[in-house]
Amino acid sequence: MNKRIGILDYGMGNLRSVEKGFEKVGFPAEVFREAGMMAEFDAIVLPGVGAFGDAMKSLQQSGAGILLLKHIEEGKPFLGICLGMQVLFDQSEEHGLFKGLGVISGCVKKLPKSEKVPHMGWNIVTFKKKSEIFEGIPDNSRFYFVHSYFCVPEDDSFVLGKTPHGIEFASAVGKNKVFGVQFHPEKSSILGLKVLRNFGRIVSSA
Amino acid sequence: MLAKRIIPCLDVEGGRVVKGVHFLNLRDAGDPVELAAHYDKEGADEIVFLDITASSENRQTLVELARRTGEQVFIPFTIGGGISTLEDIRTIIKAGADKVSINTAAVNNPEIIQKAAERFGSQCVVMAIDAKSREDGSWEIYTHGGRKATGIDLLEWSGKVEKLGAGEILLTSMDRDGTKLGYDIPMTKAVCERVSIPVIASGGAGKLEHLSEVIEKTGCDAVLAASIFHYREYTIEQAKRYLLSKGIEVRL
Repeated sequence: MNKRIGILDYGMGNLRSVEKGFEKVGFPAEVFREAGMMAEFDAIVLPGVGAFGDAMKSLQQSGAGILLLKHIEEGKPFLGICLGMQVLFDQSEEHGLFKGLGVISGCVKKLPKSEKVPHMGWNIVTFKKKSEIFEGIPDNSRFYFVHSYFCVPEDDSFVLGKTPHGIEFASAVGKNKVFGVQFHPEKSSILGLKVLRNFGRIVSSA
Repeated sequence: MLAKRIIPCLDVEGGRVVKGVHFLNLRDAGDPVELAAHYDKEGADEIVFLDITASSENRQTLVELARRTGEQVFIPFTIGGGISTLEDIRTIIKAGADKVSINTAAVNNPEIIQKAAERFGSQCVVMAIDAKSREDGSWEIYTHGGRKATGIDLLEWSGKVEKLGAGEILLTSMDRDGTKLGYDIPMTKAVCERVSIPVIASGGAGKLEHLSEVIEKTGCDAVLAASIFHYREYTIEQAKRYLLSKGIEVRL
């Protein structure tokens, strides 16, 4: 039976391009709003643009936060994109101090002003660890970023890739079947689509 | 480090590409979405669509364009031309555009920049500026597709839109547009020095040297070009290889 990938719509930005990206690479994913539907999916994708606090509020109020943690604890694949990566961490300093899902220890901080913020455009991801999510993608490939905050994992062993922008920050993390990318694979042309395809493959073989 | 971006611009009217685009192997060379998908494959970093009719009756066409592009194009894209209200911006972003460019509406009502930035994020708001040199060496901005002088100074306006929350400036030189004589270096440089948001240079690209020249001499973040790509004088990849040979960081 085909595995089902669900894209959680929690009111944080446009999910169409993520949906279309998965469709393009042959792993159709379904956008869903009802947190209660989470258990129906074999894998969850959490995209999102906007503020961390708003995102967490939406996840908590809908009950999706707890269900996401359950999904992850069961060892099912998860992909967080941009803000969806950041909420994996313990807390964020964006417009106050907000608690995250705490799947990966660490915090989310504002990018230094030594470079232009938001960090917007195509930047390099230097691999720190071999991962199936980057299968077939050359080291130091460029992906499309749009963000003002970055993740600081406590444990470097979860860092899959780093990107320089004033500082070198963790632009991709992975812990078992949980992945987070700060860039937008759905906006990163062929190599971005490859990341989505790799995730689809991880899901099928999970 | 961020790569310098190369952005092909497609002029559209009634949902169709206006200037002839001389591509082979396209089913429909007038379809902006198919062209944009082609540029994505070729390595374009972003796409800008400018609706030259710029009338409010055309809004639905732009929404449809955003929706269809979002389904087939996997790089960021901007839609502009005649966008005048927050509601226009909302519907176009919701339909799938990553950014919206505004021009006349922002000059008439600068508050729209701030409101759009607060509501959708600065990164969604591209301030399109058409400017022309004045005799005293300064530059004046024009609205209504370059037909209406405003008396507003370019550098003052650039500073103001940055403060209001514009995420980027798409700066077109009316003196150079269509001439193929190269970008307006002094003007682009002056704006780059005035603001700290990204500046996209536009107007005048005729050969690859022009792209490297404006990047090297002004510090702009991106270059926009139309005819050199549409008429296949150069492919995006050729342009990028050239820039790379000049030591400019690009995505290849």
